Amino acid sequence: MELNLTQQNLLKEITGLESFSLDAFNVRLNGKLHGRKTTDNIDIITKKDKPGIDIIIKPGTINERVDIPVLITDTGIDDLVYNDFYIGENSDVVIVAGCGIHNCGDKQAEHDGIHTFHVGKNARVKYIEKHYGEGDGKGEKILNPTTNIEISEGGYLEMETAQIKGVDSTYRKTTAILADGAKLIIHEKIMTHGHQAAITDFAVDLNGENCGAHVISRSVATEYSHQKYISKVNGNNKCNGHTECDAIIMDKASVVAIPEISANDTDANLIHEAAIGKIAGEQLIKLMTLGLTEKEAEEQIVNGFLK
Amino acid sequence: MLELKNVSFDAKTDSGTKEIINNISVKIDERFVAFTGPNGGGKSTLAKLIAGIYIPTSGKIYLDGEDITDMSITDRAKKGISYAFQQPVRFKGITVKDLITLASGKTLSISDVCNYLSEVGLCAREYVDREVNASLSGGELKRIEIAMIMARGTKLTFFDEPEAGIDLWSFNNLISVFEKMYRKKGGSILIISHQERILNIADRIIVISGGKIEADGPKADILPGLLTGGVCSVLAGKM
Repeated sequence: MELNLTQQNLLKEITGLESFSLDAFNVRLNGKLHGRKTTDNIDIITKKDKPGIDIIIKPGTINERVDIPVLITDTGIDDLVYNDFYIGENSDVVIVAGCGIHNCGDKQAEHDGIHTFHVGKNARVKYIEKHYGEGDGKGEKILNPTTNIEISEGGYLEMETAQIKGVDSTYRKTTAILADGAKLIIHEKIMTHGHQAAITDFAVDLNGENCGAHVISRSVATEYSHQKYISKVNGNNKCNGHTECDAIIMDKASVVAIPEISANDTDANLIHEAAIGKIAGEQLIKLMTLGLTEKEAEEQIVNGFLK
Repeated sequence: MLELKNVSFDAKTDSGTKEIINNISVKIDERFVAFTGPNGGGKSTLAKLIAGIYIPTSGKIYLDGEDITDMSITDRAKKGISYAFQQPVRFKGITVKDLITLASGKTLSISDVCNYLSEVGLCAREYVDREVNASLSGGELKRIEIAMIMARGTKLTFFDEPEAGIDLWSFNNLISVFEKMYRKKGGSILIISHQERILNIADRIIVISGGKIEADGPKADILPGLLTGGVCSVLAGKM
């Protein structure tokens, strides 16, 4: 699979990989399939009725990884894909997805990915999703990822999602439905600058007995950017739910946090936490007494917070 | 050598200003100097004036003859002043290793970081990657704060009540850490304390009360009075 230097850089930002090894992958470049590899346990099939792919992981697949990065290097691309993941019972896999946009042109580049996860009984999934934008053109970089998660009995999904740089506008919607004994953990990290806007919207239904979810968002809003965090956790059975939004606000930025928990069962145990504030003065002073300038101290605090 | 010349500091209050430090002049060149005195007497303010966190309302501060009165916190830190907070600061996401590395100002290996942690009685392996957040106890944070100071290795270090908020077991360890620091060759250690065992290590004791130096001299001259109630009774009358 051939990629130019810009495309390789985007690939590295999204997957952390210089190139692919033995694992399965599917690379979508500028709205078209660019490369694919399947393995004995992981099949990838192009959808016939709409753009996108089905990723089918056989039951009992252990210690395998599949990467499905989307790379956009042309300006004026408006891309919409539906990716469905079928994770077989008792498997234990890592899935890496995300979109990198390099827009040097003056037209908008947009990617809207709709990912649906069907996590089988007692399966474990680590899902890493990263969004990244670069390029000096005036064209906006827009990413609107939707993630729909269904976890069967005893299944587990851990989602790490990050958007650290360069995306002008994003609306990130995530829904989840959990069956008996299922677990969901979401760690979200967002950093916005300039005039960027990021809306993140979680809705989790804790339907099964003894299921549980932790939805944790850490974000930093700088310059004139705006962020909105919406999180709804519904406890519909004996379950544990926890949602947390922790934001650092700087310069002229603004942040709205709307955590909502609904208990529809007397054994539903739900907690929400939300904190928005500037960097504590004593944190800056402490690092300055170690010899850092105020700016260096600020960078260390922000980098640590989003680590 | 550290020198304060006619240093005063007024803090802003709702009703105007309040004098916290009143015309203090002192030269410090000893290895280990303890500051003691009643709460609210101005000890911590003095430490913050030396570290650059507060700027004097009037007077001058010199380090090795250089006027540092108007220097920033960062510049004073670079000149060799360290300040261990009374209430160590917590950081979400920043690890013990990160902080000790930042304190040292150079790249440290895991074993370097572990050595500093071992010095303060922490089982290094358990702590290197821990976040310096609310999951650490007051005693653990205190010891990490001291490990950071050791990693800095500066010529002047001000410890603000290192014993505050820690349990007896940690306190015994703390004493041995200071005894060790004293034995090692290095710069001056200035320490704010109410503890006899810490005062007992000092070469010199300065009693601060009401923003002024109430008593100042070698340990042998000052400590007996503090213990028998001489100076203490004077201080008690002011509280």
